[in-house]
Amino acid sequence: MIVELGHYALVLAFALTLVQCVLPLWGALSGDDRLMAVAPPVSVMLFVLVLISFVALTVAYLNSDFSVLNVLQNSHSAKPLIYKFTGVWGNHEGSMLLWVLILVFFGALVGFFGGNLPKDLKAATLSVQAWVSAGFILFLLATSNPFERVAGPPLEGADLNPILQDIGLAIHPPLLYIGYVGFSITFSFAVAALLLGRTDAAWARWVRPWTLLAWCFLTLGIAMGSYWAYYELGWGGWWFWDPVENASFMPWIAGTALLHSAIVMEKREALKIWTVLLAIFTFSLSLLGTFLVRSGVLTSVHAFATDPARGVFILVLLCIFIGGSLSLYAWRAPMLKQGGLFAPISREGGLVLNNLFLTAACAAVFVGTLYPLALDAITGEKISVGAPFFNLTFGPLMVPLLMAIPFGPVLSWKRGDLHAASQRLYAAFGLALLFALVTFWLWGMEKVLAPMGVGLAVWVMAGAVSEIVTRVKFFEIGPKRGFSRLVGLPGSAWGTVVAHFGVGVTVLGIVTASAFQEERIETMRPGDSIELSGYEVTFDGAAPRRGPNYTEEVGHFTIRKAGAYVAELDPSKRVYTARQMPTTEAGIHTTGFSQLYLSLGESRGDGAVDVRVYYKPLITLIWIGCVIMSLGAVFSMADRRLRVGAPKPAARRKAVQTAAAE
Amino acid sequence: MIRTVLTSLFLAFAILTAPALAVAPEEVLDDPALEARARALSAELRCMVCQNQSIDDSDAPLAKDLRVLVRERLVAGDSDGQVIDYLVSRYGEFVLLKPRFAWHTLVLWAAGPAALLAGLIAIVLALRNRSRRGSQVATSGSANLSEEEEERLKALLEKRDVAGND
Repeated sequence: MIVELGHYALVLAFALTLVQCVLPLWGALSGDDRLMAVAPPVSVMLFVLVLISFVALTVAYLNSDFSVLNVLQNSHSAKPLIYKFTGVWGNHEGSMLLWVLILVFFGALVGFFGGNLPKDLKAATLSVQAWVSAGFILFLLATSNPFERVAGPPLEGADLNPILQDIGLAIHPPLLYIGYVGFSITFSFAVAALLLGRTDAAWARWVRPWTLLAWCFLTLGIAMGSYWAYYELGWGGWWFWDPVENASFMPWIAGTALLHSAIVMEKREALKIWTVLLAIFTFSLSLLGTFLVRSGVLTSVHAFATDPARGVFILVLLCIFIGGSLSLYAWRAPMLKQGGLFAPISREGGLVLNNLFLTAACAAVFVGTLYPLALDAITGEKISVGAPFFNLTFGPLMVPLLMAIPFGPVLSWKRGDLHAASQRLYAAFGLALLFALVTFWLWGMEKVLAPMGVGLAVWVMAGAVSEIVTRVKFFEIGPKRGFSRLVGLPGSAWGTVVAHFGVGVTVLGIVTASAFQEERIETMRPGDSIELSGYEVTFDGAAPRRGPNYTEEVGHFTIRKAGAYVAELDPSKRVYTARQMPTTEAGIHTTGFSQLYLSLGESRGDGAVDVRVYYKPLITLIWIGCVIMSLGAVFSMADRRLRVGAPKPAARRKAVQTAAAE
Repeated sequence: MIRTVLTSLFLAFAILTAPALAVAPEEVLDDPALEARARALSAELRCMVCQNQSIDDSDAPLAKDLRVLVRERLVAGDSDGQVIDYLVSRYGEFVLLKPRFAWHTLVLWAAGPAALLAGLIAIVLALRNRSRRGSQVATSGSANLSEEEEERLKALLEKRDVAGND
């Protein structure tokens, strides 16, 4: 019954989106206040309905109601409770429902908190958001109904893919979706601006916080996914340039560009047209990602089930939304007014440079991801595009960008002085050079690129710090006043510093973990030990163990350093009973920012087992850097200026003036 | 029907997610330099039955065969290029994770640099356009020259240039 209720709520939500698609927009274009007033309550109602439907599916999962096809295919009564809950979105239908839930949630947020938006902009934005919602709710109802029942249900379900039975599933998809789908709001804002034919100050002020919010979650989501793959897949890689990863990475790159161009738009009213286009691109890439992952064009852990009908449906949605918005752009963008002028060497110029490199990098990833599919479709030729290709094309585009990062914030708006700016960065440059030389001195010609990488990372980090230190003239005015001035800086200034520092941290992690990783591959018998990076890893033996819905072979290892006990690790190999599917659980020991990573391989009989041990120096910095980046976004969002609405437009001022005149 | 779907799913997942422990101890070559080359090569070769994994990462039997094959060729004295050529001749270009630079991959390789170049040109043009518009705005207040006046001014300037050259 509850399941049918959920289904019904979803159908009702679809009907309501149709109302929302038409009425508020009509009101916005014809200036009818009553029609515009429809939008906020309906947007909240939409969220409530989809939430009911989501809760209904969750209840079916928690009760292991195997008469629901979706639960039958993806759950098991012996599955731990948390995975019954997270399993709701561990499958195609459920994850699309989560997608839609977040989509309407963002609509409701605008409806609820958009009080200081111009009425027509708010109504048009919510209408556009409803178009997207309508498309995807229809997609759910027509091709991937999560509430489908089966006649004569079996007693036991097929269980969730074991790889997904991890705490990562509780965190990664929701974070990623909030990021992915969060860009729908900037998209709706952009399309609304095009429909209304104007981008005013309120528009400029609203775009950036929403972009920041989505970007913040997307960053965390990608980092989480990367760490999950790192410890779950068992060969210690943290980024594979898998098409599905790229599908989430492309919106991130475009979103990063959007974030920066929105600053120019907000502060200087320039780059408006470009920002609108970027907002459209960013969400289009999110949609493309959804298409790639959900249509079955690609197969991977993320593509749960493949069905051509779904692929065609999403493709049609994709064409309508992307094609429609781009056509609208081509038609209306020339009407938007262009704002402030600036010299090439200026803060704006720096942000344009950022956009240039990010867009080019995004294009490289885009073509790399889709080219094999296109080539196969056109000529039937099959090629692979993998990590070596992306490292070679994406990497070089990042290097100049990273070199330029510290310059951006120290340049002044409109017309900057590169010479004066560089003077503020001497200390950072010196520090970077020092670190690079020390690295070179320690490793010499053995690793040529590592010193440059380390230097670059230090340059970005130190550059971020020195920007803020010289900005408040910390050393000139003494630490006491310096600190109070530091605290008094606006949140967005801190946001820049923190986020850029995070970029440096991530780069440092990437460089050290890939350049200085050490590994040993050995067949070990109980009692054997191997040396790696100063650690002594002793294999004590392996024993079988039973989990709730799996059996596993657990190896027991003791780690010592210079004879002293450090840790015990229990990597294991599991076989999940329902699906008879093997997985590996790595044993990881973290010391400082570095990790010792153990994973088990084949058993060789008489207790011997293949073991792979890695020492990954500073690897956790990769993810810590991402967390710092999103922290930067939080700082920036906390900026007071973003919460204060745009100055009340002419209407009220005029009223005041006329009142004064009388 | 459901059962067939499920079985095919199982199979797909079983292939995708075999426990990953790639290079086995007995495969490792005694010569560290040769082994390092083998590892570097392996990272660029695709395990063709896997999802986007190199043979260095994959635990599939095919990947193992390929790793052994690469090492055999290296021991036999092949250069890196010869090993790659050999594998391509056997398995086609699909085996390369880094496609060769050729006509059919031109777009692929050129996309990033081309986007950068196009963007750069667009920015330069926009800046030039803008500064021209900007200067027009700046001068329009003082002197709004008609087309005729423009022509005369140009002619005068040219005349002076010629005179200057003498």
